[in-house]
Amino acid sequence: MLTFIVRRLFAVVGLLLVVTLATFFIFYVLPQWGGETIQEMARQYVGRNTSAQALQGVIDRLGLDKPFFVQYFDYVKGIVVGTQYSNGTNLVQCNAPCLGYSFRNYTQVWPTILQYFPVTISIAIGGAVMWLGFGVVSGVISAVRKGSFIDRFFMGISLTGVSLPVYFVGPLLALVLAYNNNILQVPSYTSISQSPGSWAGGLLIPWFALAFSYAALYTRLTRGGMLDALNEDFTRTARAKGLSESRVVFKHALRAAIIPIVTIFGMDLGGVLGGAVLVEKSLSLNGIGALAINSIGNQDFPTVMGITLFGAFFIIMANLVVDVLYATLDPRVRL
Amino acid sequence: MNFEDARSGGPRPFLDVRDLRVHFGTEDGLVKSVDGISFQLERGQTLGIVGESGSGKSVTSLSLLGLHKRADKHGKGGARMTGEILLDGEDLISAEPARVQELRGNKMAMIFQDPLSAMHPYFTVGAQLVEAYRVHNKVSKSVARKRAIDMLDRVGIPQPSSRVDDYPHQFSGGMRQRAMIAMSLMCDPELLIADEPTTALDVTVQAQILDLMRDLQREFNSALIIITHDLGVVAELADDIMVMYGGKAVEYGPAKTVFSSPEHPYAWGLLTSMPRLDRPVQDRLVPIPGNPPSLINVPSGCAFHPRCSFTELCGRYSAVGPDVCREVVPELEQSTGAERHLVRCHLPVEVRQQTYNEQIRTHL
Repeated sequence: MLTFIVRRLFAVVGLLLVVTLATFFIFYVLPQWGGETIQEMARQYVGRNTSAQALQGVIDRLGLDKPFFVQYFDYVKGIVVGTQYSNGTNLVQCNAPCLGYSFRNYTQVWPTILQYFPVTISIAIGGAVMWLGFGVVSGVISAVRKGSFIDRFFMGISLTGVSLPVYFVGPLLALVLAYNNNILQVPSYTSISQSPGSWAGGLLIPWFALAFSYAALYTRLTRGGMLDALNEDFTRTARAKGLSESRVVFKHALRAAIIPIVTIFGMDLGGVLGGAVLVEKSLSLNGIGALAINSIGNQDFPTVMGITLFGAFFIIMANLVVDVLYATLDPRVRL
Repeated sequence: MNFEDARSGGPRPFLDVRDLRVHFGTEDGLVKSVDGISFQLERGQTLGIVGESGSGKSVTSLSLLGLHKRADKHGKGGARMTGEILLDGEDLISAEPARVQELRGNKMAMIFQDPLSAMHPYFTVGAQLVEAYRVHNKVSKSVARKRAIDMLDRVGIPQPSSRVDDYPHQFSGGMRQRAMIAMSLMCDPELLIADEPTTALDVTVQAQILDLMRDLQREFNSALIIITHDLGVVAELADDIMVMYGGKAVEYGPAKTVFSSPEHPYAWGLLTSMPRLDRPVQDRLVPIPGNPPSLINVPSGCAFHPRCSFTELCGRYSAVGPDVCREVVPELEQSTGAERHLVRCHLPVEVRQQTYNEQIRTHL
């Protein structure tokens, strides 16, 4: 197990290198292949009306005139050990992981990401707890009461959840529950250390919106898994031992049905941690997803690259965690 | 409660199943999986229930433990059960589900066919044995664990104190079935039901498991029901044999009698289709033609008549006429010879015995 994790961690580093290479290639090499000069690229970084002299300064600072692999090496080196660069007047220290400098915001990328991340992690974790909780509970109930009214009710909710996009559900909930009726707070972010109450209150609507669309999959997955598990021979054995029905369902059947759910949950959570784009953007919350959209609109390439790498990190780590969990949950899997 | 067996007038048997019917309402119609079977079994005795797939033998065994989901008041969504299952005088069909649950795994336990799928893959063998014990006995985990190790030792698992923490997939097939048997014996059940206990096992292991079951039965003095399609399995173990066909018993009697002088054509078919080492290799096995009957549209008259080669002979002797097998459902009636040898066939007893002696026995 330990060797597996160590080996996989090396692979994580390799994968992240591949991701940096790909983003670097897309943002620095492809434009030049497309006929863009390095002067035009430099202008994109700083804005339109810049003197030729200032542009040359930018090119020097970014090293746009150096060969590709030198630039890439500098980029990776910055991420690993940090680097120094001039912002025009002073020499700035950019500590590892240095993901570059955004000329649009006049900030370093990594601190910006860290500044936006609490919003995303708050939305992701709260939403994930809700969708997992609701999905598993409704799935188990649906499976146990298969064909009943409650089963059809949950299946109906779940179908609605998949069908309605989160950027519709989120603003609708905000409109009905917050703006028109004052039942819930208008979506906003307050730091949890500042006030846990308003942290949760302000995020309830985004959590609902996120959970509503994600829970559908979990309801169906749990229901299907439970129906299979309840038909398994080992469930009959559990009954034959004289166990109560609740123990049969929650200990024996759910234990078997939970594994695919854990797998998907890890992947989903990893994805959302890299930016809950639609929820954040549609409810005006400044998380990583919103930052990504804004940066793309601003052609703020260093930030976009940084967020891509950040998101990739979470997905890759989620994969690793899922694999380890899988082996923990299923004793037949050997790592 | 004080039940006296009305028919024999003797003391009530330990297990007395009377006219058990298990029907399932499905969209295609009523499935009569078990349609009126009766049998008795004493502690220390073994009953073998033999039949093809779909003859109702497994449904019977699951009914005894109350493992069928019962139908609602409209007769839908589960099994409609009628008749009586008297275990020590207590009827399990009319009993509260909670009461049956109390007895399940405790007074009566089951050994399933395929131990790989019948044991939970994600719990250790020990945890599953401990659970089986602690459901019915208020003891600490360590006490239950000690018992689990003892039982594993008793069923012949080497190094039980370390194997107890293994998962089922780490056991071999035979070991798994031993563990399954240990699990069923955790609470000293008085009634043990083994549903095809050796079908999923290697031939070499089958005999070991059967020996083990025989030893354990002697030791625990439990009543044992072995469900199988393999006559060889019950030949050595059973005191009584019930042959089932289409949800009904077609022949029921002491094992020796059923083996030495079977009287139902279906039982003959089972015997002639069984390979034997003591007959010339050139002899071909005689299969029973056709398929097991649909339990929704059970053939009229004798359920076996479409596959029986003696219907014509039957008609010749019957007062009803040549179509007796197609038209009249035969009763399970006492034959001559051994006491309690019951056969469900229209052929007159003498003709059955003569036919067996002249045409069938010679081919065995």
